[in-house]
Amino acid sequence: MKQGAAIGTAEIHAASNYRSRREVFFRRLKRDKWLYILLTPGLLYFLLFKYVPMWGVLLAFKDFQPFLGFWKSEWVGLEHFRTFFQNPDFFMLLRNTLVLSLLNLVFFFPAPIILALLLNEIRLSFYKRTIQTLIYVPHFISMVIVASISYVFLTTQGGAVNEFLYTVTGSKIDFLADPNWFRPLIILQTIWKECGWGTIIFLAALAGVDVEQYEAAVMDGASRWRQIWHITLPAIRSTIVILLILRMGTILDNGFEQIYLMMNALNREVAEVFDTYVYALGITQGAFSYSTAVGLFKSVIGVVLVLGTNWLAKKFGESGLY
Amino acid sequence: MVKKQYRSAGEVTFDVFNYLILGIIGIAAILPFLFVVAGSFATEAEITKRAVFLIPTTISFDAYKFIFSTDTIVRSIGVSLYITVIGTLVNLFFTVTMAYPMAKRYLMGRNLFLNLVIFTMLFGGGMIPTYLVIRDLHLLDTLNALILPGAISAFNLIIVKNFFQEIPVEMEEAARIDGCSELGLLWKIVLPLSKPVLATFTLFYAVGHWNNFFSALLYINDPSKWPLQVMLRQIVMLSQSAAGDLSSMDPNFVQPPEQSIKMAVIVVGTLPIMCVYPFLQKHFAKGVMLGSVKG
Repeated sequence: MKQGAAIGTAEIHAASNYRSRREVFFRRLKRDKWLYILLTPGLLYFLLFKYVPMWGVLLAFKDFQPFLGFWKSEWVGLEHFRTFFQNPDFFMLLRNTLVLSLLNLVFFFPAPIILALLLNEIRLSFYKRTIQTLIYVPHFISMVIVASISYVFLTTQGGAVNEFLYTVTGSKIDFLADPNWFRPLIILQTIWKECGWGTIIFLAALAGVDVEQYEAAVMDGASRWRQIWHITLPAIRSTIVILLILRMGTILDNGFEQIYLMMNALNREVAEVFDTYVYALGITQGAFSYSTAVGLFKSVIGVVLVLGTNWLAKKFGESGLY
Repeated sequence: MVKKQYRSAGEVTFDVFNYLILGIIGIAAILPFLFVVAGSFATEAEITKRAVFLIPTTISFDAYKFIFSTDTIVRSIGVSLYITVIGTLVNLFFTVTMAYPMAKRYLMGRNLFLNLVIFTMLFGGGMIPTYLVIRDLHLLDTLNALILPGAISAFNLIIVKNFFQEIPVEMEEAARIDGCSELGLLWKIVLPLSKPVLATFTLFYAVGHWNNFFSALLYINDPSKWPLQVMLRQIVMLSQSAAGDLSSMDPNFVQPPEQSIKMAVIVVGTLPIMCVYPFLQKHFAKGVMLGSVKG
């Protein structure tokens, strides 16, 4: 910036100004050469693994033939999109995705808020810390482990839950294959894995509440319920609003790993979502162009939703993300 | 002050229930895992007799002996350890070297680079185009495919960059006057000052590598290069036999019950996480809070 100002005051005519700008450019490049050298691996990473694939989405408008390669494959315009929208699978995917997102919103979203409110009422800090330590654990367990534990306990072949059911009711329930059990299982797994972790952000907001507010409320004879309602809840309201809005932005994302792991031939009808569909068609069946089109459709809707909700967040007076 | 206030009967009841409910929730968070640990030490007779238990009457290490005698599982543990250690080093190298120049406000093109990074958080090529890039780079079926495509997390990069930016410029200037080079500055001044933030990201990156299933599912077809998470799925969920090569095993060895093998594999897959958890816990709240800092 200093150099730029120095050039401005030099008041030399256009041609040599251009030359000196170039000189400044190279001088700065030379001065900061170590910084640019350090920057190179990271930039290469982003170009190679992020921007080349972005440009690769053009495949969605081509009919990719492996033996022809990317360049020689024929352009087909929007044909893959047309095929996809006319395919009954499209409605199945959209329905499954939206139902799962909605169930998540209704059953999972409030859980960390309630848990944080309960934790906030604990006065014994030792007890509070112990509980926090315990409930954060599942967040760090991989989805494969979560699914594996579910399998081990729920299987009809010697799984503990079914053994118990059998001794009590005399019959077993095939939780893992029954389509009716798929969605509740997914929601339960999510609650178990992420509910505790989700409290962190609310507890942080609550930590900022001035204790004097509670003291003043007690002086005025406010009960615990009233304190929660008038002090604690308003303190986390803006956090709740922004998380809710952000969740709207990711409504088409259902976590590939979890669904992939819990899906099987019997519950596919309710389990298949966009990402698993892209995987099945693209990677397993090699329909690269068609699956890229499906993925692109999802990404574009996702970007629109994220930007839209971010705009909404700002409207609500929140700071937004971008 | 608040503690000494008079509390109504209703509030006392609320407190009692609250402590009780949270205690139950806390236990529920780790109970399934405790059952799995107990089951992994159980004998066939025990599993048939009692469905669920926390302390097996006879403790048997057969399932673990079995696991560590198979080629397949031991190899996959090796793969997981390799990608966790090397992958995390790669992550740190790439993240630090890119974050450091981007923290310099006077760097030409800084905003361009920053926007380039932020845009990738918003939009990506998706699964298939990325897969084709990996394929064209001849990374399929190599362990590099599990390390390189995730070398930098854009989110972590920006947090580290912001942290570097917070370091007072005066310290840098003083070091420069003392004749410190740019690299010396990074190595001797900036990195030592950033130890807490780097410790946080080391742990998060390492946990991510150990738990990674998606990349291996996509990029690795060769079973001898599967990390433990993929092997786990094969054994527990697809009930594939863990004994890859029976001929190499002791013929007198009786295979332990399938359920306990499955549970023992789950325990092995979780153990490293449990080992670093105390350290993680010390750091993660800080990490999460750092995330709220904006650039």
